[in-house]
Amino acid sequence: MNKSDLATRILAGDRRALARAISLVEQGGAQAKALMAEIYPHSGKAKSFGVTGPPGAGKSTLVALLARTLRAQGLTVGIIAVDPSSPFTGGAILGDRIRMQSLGGDSGVFIRSMASRGRTGGLARASGDALALVDAAGFERIIIETVGAGQSEVEIASIADSTIVVDVPGLGDDVQSIKAGMLEIADLFVVNKADRDGADALLRRLRSMIELGGERYRAWKPPVLKAVASEGQGAEAIIAALEEHWRFLESGSAAHQKAQERATRELQEVLAEMLFERLQNQHSHEWQQAIEALAKRQQDPYTLAAELLKQL
Amino acid sequence: MERKIRVLVAKPGLDGHDRGAKVIARALRDAGMEVIYTGLQQSPAMIVEAALQEDVDVIGLSILSGAHMTLLPKVHQLLQEQGMGDVLLIAGGIIPESDAEILKREHGFAGIFGPGTSTNELVEFIQNHVGSRE
Ligand SMILES: Nc1nc2c(ncn2[C@@H]2O[C@H](COP(=O)(O)OP(=O)(O)O)[C@@H](O)[C@H]2O)c(=O)[nH]1
Ligand SMILES: [Mg+2]
Repeated sequence: MNKSDLATRILAGDRRALARAISLVEQGGAQAKALMAEIYPHSGKAKSFGVTGPPGAGKSTLVALLARTLRAQGLTVGIIAVDPSSPFTGGAILGDRIRMQSLGGDSGVFIRSMASRGRTGGLARASGDALALVDAAGFERIIIETVGAGQSEVEIASIADSTIVVDVPGLGDDVQSIKAGMLEIADLFVVNKADRDGADALLRRLRSMIELGGERYRAWKPPVLKAVASEGQGAEAIIAALEEHWRFLESGSAAHQKAQERATRELQEVLAEMLFERLQNQHSHEWQQAIEALAKRQQDPYTLAAELLKQL
Repeated sequence: MERKIRVLVAKPGLDGHDRGAKVIARALRDAGMEVIYTGLQQSPAMIVEAALQEDVDVIGLSILSGAHMTLLPKVHQLLQEQGMGDVLLIAGGIIPESDAEILKREHGFAGIFGPGTSTNELVEFIQNHVGSRE
């Protein structure tokens, strides 16, 4: 198969082509799918990790610090920073780069801001595609920053190999600052702003929570580490813990299980999207009729969905 | 999904006020645009590199420092060198009329907006000019 010009340029590490391609997969559509079909076989070489946590926890500051540390080890770094779109206007202010200025001018770093654009399932898809693109362009470590606010943000974190959940002291007495869903996806906890009062107490609370976590934490027990991202402290231990997690993933059944889970989710998402598009485009009449019927409560969604499936 | 207008809002130069830039960023967001805000004291090279990575349609520069006749043409020159001449370039701040004319005539600025400009005017300008790009 002949590679498209865009794919060829991405694989050669052309930053402009990479930037264009990310816009393309954000929009979705046939062209994006064709590109991803070309790119996908060339992805999977990078190691990736998500950084999630409450707004203002210092995620962007930490991401910049970790990127600098990885650069000092001679590794190239891609960063995807996702922020929520306004549900009212669809617009967004993407301000994560403000904390990443120290990475400016380094051609071994590529930073891209993405808005969530109000998609629930599609966001994980678009950021997953963006990750594969940055990977195929040759970046060796990829960091995805998301605000741990809703289900979709939690999902994105899980498209990466490892997930760091960042918490800070002073957000509340309980571990209420981070949501339950975030606790479940953490491979590593970082207590940032450890220069503040209450850091040790938070550290102990998180550790005891993991001790009580039982079944979930048997194979891999998430380390809980301290950092002062704004002072450049804590990065080496975090990188070392990530490496240990990657070794764990590669040893034995964990890797297999994680890869299976990810593949299942990816395939489910793409299949659902394609099914949906096909119904909307090729059977738009039946699609509209079914919506009408459901809106008027003339029929139940199960029967309607089954009938739509028969159309295919 | 429709193509969102992506705008890089940056402050070149050494002055330390970004209230104006933040007001503009919010107005553009409220008009449905995706605004990448990069913060204070950006060099022209950092601005152009960020614009490239973010694949923006528009670069909006806010400048109060008086260094506009060195910094703004530099941004334009670097964009040309990167083959990014199609990015809509606008600036706002305290820029004398005579300088604004030169920036528009010789340095690729589509619009220069003074301190009194309403955010509506700015939003409309971007919508009209980005629309005619493609
Ligand atoms: N005291 C303290 N402040 C920090 C630390 N890390 C980040 N900050 C500050 O926290 C604020 C929010 O940081 P940011 O990285 O934008 O947080 P994000 O919203 O989670 O991405 C900024 O003012 C940072 O300078 C830290 O370790 N200690
Ligand atoms: Mg951030």
